Amino acid sequence: MNRFAINLNYIPLLVTISLFVLMFGLGSVFYQGFFSPQVFLNLFIDNAFLCIVATGMTFVIISGGIDLSVGSVVALTTMVSAALLETYHWNPFPVLVLVLAMGASLGCVMGCLIHFFKLQPFIVTLAGMFLARGLCYLVSIDSISISNPLYASISQYRLPLFGDSSISVGVVIALVVLTVAIFIAHFTKFGRTVYAIGGNEQSAVLMGLPVGRTKILIYTLSGFCSALAGVVFTFYMLSGYGLHATGMELDAIAAVVIGGTLLTGGVGYVVGTLFGVLILGVIQTLITFDGTLSSWWTKIVIGLLLFAFCLMQRAFESGTGKLKAGASAAVQRRQAQVRAMATKDVSAVT
Amino acid sequence: MGVGGYTRIRTASDDRHETNVAAKLQSMTANAVPVLEMIGVSRSFPGVKALTKVNFRLMPGEVHALMGQNGAGKSTLIKVLTGVYPPDEGSVLLEGKAVHPATPLDAQHLGISTVYQEINLCPNLSVAENIFIGRYPRKGPAIDWKTMRTNAEELLGRLSVYIDVTQLLSAYSVAIQQMVAIARAISISCRILILDEPTSSLDEEEVGMLFSVIRSLRDRGLAILFVTHFLDQTYEIADRITVLRNGELVGEYMASALPKFDLITRMVGREIGESSFVKAKATDASANAMASPRRTFLTARGLGRRGSIQPLDLELKNGEVLGLGGLLGSGRTETARLLFGIDKADQGTIDIDGHTVTMSSPKEAMKRGIGFCPEDRKSEGIVAALSVRENIILALQSKRGVFHFLPRKKQIAIANAYIKTLDIKVSDMDKPVSQLSGGNQQKVLLARWLATDPQMLILDEPTRGIDVAAKLEIMGEMLALCRKGMAILFTSSELEEVVRCSDRIAILRDRKKITELAGAEADEHTVLKVIAAGHA
Amino acid sequence: MDLLRNASDLTRHQLFWPLATLALLGVFNAFFSPGFLHLEIKSGHLYGSVVDIFNRAAPLMLIALGMTFVIATRGIDISVGAVVAIAGALAATMIGGTLVIKDGVPEYVTKVPIAVALVAALGVALLCGMWNGMLVARIGMQPIIATLILMVAGRGVAQLITNGQIITIYYQPYFFIGNGFLLGIPFSVYIVAAVLTALVLITRRTALGLFIEAVGINPTASRFSALSSRAIIFWVYAFCGLCAGVAGLIVSSNVKSADGNNAGLLLELDAILAVTLGGTSLAGGRFSIAGSMVGALIIQTLTYTIYSIGVPPEVNLVVKSIVVFLVMLLQSATFRRRVFRTSGMQESAE
Repeated sequence: MNRFAINLNYIPLLVTISLFVLMFGLGSVFYQGFFSPQVFLNLFIDNAFLCIVATGMTFVIISGGIDLSVGSVVALTTMVSAALLETYHWNPFPVLVLVLAMGASLGCVMGCLIHFFKLQPFIVTLAGMFLARGLCYLVSIDSISISNPLYASISQYRLPLFGDSSISVGVVIALVVLTVAIFIAHFTKFGRTVYAIGGNEQSAVLMGLPVGRTKILIYTLSGFCSALAGVVFTFYMLSGYGLHATGMELDAIAAVVIGGTLLTGGVGYVVGTLFGVLILGVIQTLITFDGTLSSWWTKIVIGLLLFAFCLMQRAFESGTGKLKAGASAAVQRRQAQVRAMATKDVSAVT
Repeated sequence: MGVGGYTRIRTASDDRHETNVAAKLQSMTANAVPVLEMIGVSRSFPGVKALTKVNFRLMPGEVHALMGQNGAGKSTLIKVLTGVYPPDEGSVLLEGKAVHPATPLDAQHLGISTVYQEINLCPNLSVAENIFIGRYPRKGPAIDWKTMRTNAEELLGRLSVYIDVTQLLSAYSVAIQQMVAIARAISISCRILILDEPTSSLDEEEVGMLFSVIRSLRDRGLAILFVTHFLDQTYEIADRITVLRNGELVGEYMASALPKFDLITRMVGREIGESSFVKAKATDASANAMASPRRTFLTARGLGRRGSIQPLDLELKNGEVLGLGGLLGSGRTETARLLFGIDKADQGTIDIDGHTVTMSSPKEAMKRGIGFCPEDRKSEGIVAALSVRENIILALQSKRGVFHFLPRKKQIAIANAYIKTLDIKVSDMDKPVSQLSGGNQQKVLLARWLATDPQMLILDEPTRGIDVAAKLEIMGEMLALCRKGMAILFTSSELEEVVRCSDRIAILRDRKKITELAGAEADEHTVLKVIAAGHA
Repeated sequence: MDLLRNASDLTRHQLFWPLATLALLGVFNAFFSPGFLHLEIKSGHLYGSVVDIFNRAAPLMLIALGMTFVIATRGIDISVGAVVAIAGALAATMIGGTLVIKDGVPEYVTKVPIAVALVAALGVALLCGMWNGMLVARIGMQPIIATLILMVAGRGVAQLITNGQIITIYYQPYFFIGNGFLLGIPFSVYIVAAVLTALVLITRRTALGLFIEAVGINPTASRFSALSSRAIIFWVYAFCGLCAGVAGLIVSSNVKSADGNNAGLLLELDAILAVTLGGTSLAGGRFSIAGSMVGALIIQTLTYTIYSIGVPPEVNLVVKSIVVFLVMLLQSATFRRRVFRTSGMQESAE
């Protein structure tokens, strides 16, 4: 996407960012202690894994697909890590490599099925979700606590920032993932092909783009992100459990949509997803600070937000449609020129 | 004036063009080394033999038109060339060497670029990106957007197109998008450019622009393969013509050596009475002159919709064809949509049989006795996966409502009746309608509305993308219905058709109705003059 | 020669693969668990594993019925699980069952007449469906995102109704819905049979089936053919919500409680699975009610099979995923062509 291109297309992103600022502002006004750097950074700390998952999901959704398996892969990652660390006493590093490879491979398999056999992403990733969750339970029905010293120290480590505030290792990982993702989306052929596929897959094929390879890579990337998020989640929870991250795929989708990406594909920004995640975090924080509202209000608020954003997207789509009906000024000028020429021709003959 | 096509006003550049062509042809026949040659190429699909031992050759520096009716094999030939399908037998030679493109990318690397009718670009990306996607200029590991923008501007400038390349492709008209597609094709330094029905969505000025671009590319030595339905355009731009029929090669001819009538005969395989059609209308006219004045079925007064059509008046009479004449984008389809209730009018009224009605939906229009064959058959007309039978009875069933279901036997009877009267070529009415050719699909749509026993029919571009024979059949059917007392609103981007079939012509320009012409004064030349002048 | 041709016609029939799968499962069960096909009458009730399967499958079958039409219109409804929870929660809250002493005998009475509670619960379920229908038909939102809103918010609403607790129902007559027997056969089966019969009649004897298919295949062309596409889509979602409501009553009656969090969990995914297993494509168009019913039975039989072999129920998920993969692959024409090299539907010319 060109910088400073059509301002119109940045509007959803601006709305998302403004909403976040507004919500954070409201919280600061109404609740004591809300307006502090640590509260802000806690948004990142508590949602680092969601951020990573949602980043991978952004690519999938921009390409016009969907990945329902992400939450289950996160859970599977925690379970396999815990089992290998605690039951089989593996060294942490091979464990990390293995689980990341596992997530990527699962994604790759799903991508291959979707591409080679032309299956619907919804169904394939749904099956992947069942499979990953089921494999979790095959490893262990109950949760396994992690006592590995490296994991424990990473879990507790806080990277100090200005003043009293600090962030966790997970946040650093999330920010690195985000930066890399933004680079990929805007400065690499792979990233632009993702957008092309989302815009018009058939055209992308005819333009000679490596659509098949890219599609498989997209799901591999999503699987990798889910596994990486699983690693961060493991640091966060220090346990492996089959019930971890239930519903995380929905949160990820919500974050991506609120961040301005269209579910139809082709349009969206990775940075929008970050703000989508932050908004989800802020809602939770607001409710916690309030203390009087029960936690299920979070769900209702998220639902309402989704509704509002989707309405906005719809209005936006039909609005710009009308704008495009009247072409840009340059084109209109040329059309007037050509018409003038035609008039001259005709009158010359008569 | 010939069958299917339009008349363009000759300009000075045409004369220059002719001398160039003559010189080119001389040099061409002197050193006849084809840049592309297909020898004995065949390709079949289950149940269909799309190509049978076709020979084809393309010379450098020429515009070669590929012609044939729907189902003749033009599309398949191009798909074999561009690597979408491999040939079952035969060979493709590029500059004497055999090539086997397995994917569109392979074909691109060989120097064969295609611009399809549907503009296969990505609307959600910018113009510059559409041109350079997959071949980005780089600054280190990252894409160099600035250089891409400059290069795109320069490329389009060579085609005399000056636009903001950072805007999304979807912000531009089809004509501009096509230029972008061509810019992309030539930037991949191709030796062969294939244009598949490039002019279907363009108006006259845009076609002129496209043709001058094609000529300049040809003069630079490019070989251009041009597929079109428009006969006049063929003669205007092509140096050579290859005719296919039923998957077989009929022949390759110099455009200057093949009269239009012979071309049509070769495409269709039988003699088409060019004049017979004109006669039909002439007898009609004389008969009508003596008949009593016709009853007005529908009157639109000050009908308009913001952003769509400025307020206009129309009158549709029983037994009469009202043609909507105008260039592309003048508002013909928009008017049709208002009359049928697809769009709601902001202002004005519609009176039917003297009562004012609000045309709030297609259902409402149907209840009033109006039928509508939309412009875009594929996406707005046929319900692809449903059978021919179901497509035919769909509107009638809608009229009867959910509960008065047409029993299967009755459905079959109705469908059979229309298959017979309209001569729809289908072996099994339970086949999905998507398997029919364009012309037959249009007939199914016509049958759908005839089954509702309408008093008025709106036919929006019913002859678009249909072969010559089917076009005549449909226009003939239209006149027959007219004689039986139906009121018809007819639009076509081929002005010549509108002139020929209409009793009166309402002329539109830039979403406004200028005037109406009737009878003797309604000929192509006058209509064009009125459009150009902007007033009667 | 003729026999061969008839065989291939048979395999191409829509219902063949689903029925074959079900038969296979039945055979497997009969083989491995003795007494699987055994039916007996005990105290006036029909007992047997097969009866059990039908009884437990009833909620899924109902939701699959509603889901079939939604999918046929090219849509999807992932909120049905939440609606199940809401319906159950409302009925449970309204009925409850307080212990009172009547004539010296302790008896459970309902807070509200049972008919009122049932009507209220079904009414709310219908409203939920209409909400979805409005978002999809009137506002034009994409079905998956429109129903995602209710899926997320709906659980919150259900918990709001139950105040975050699991409400136990003590009122005897309510149990009849999910546990009762009529003429020896479980009452829930009657409910399903009634709805199924009504639907079959409606789709065969009226134009509704044709209209739904037309709308699913090409909504624009349908509208231009004077079909009220919007009305059809709206009512299809409303009906799906109603089905979910009935299913919710059966579920809560079965377990004699209402759990806002867990009732109907993953039920929407099972329903979508059932519909696709039954041969209806997610892309919309032609649908098969019978296929969806068979699909629901397959899923239920699968659950039963796993349970009866003694495998932990969580493994159910893994098996489900494998079944999904297999059936999806078999339904994919591309797969069949590549693996079996049979004459699948190749792309035709032009």
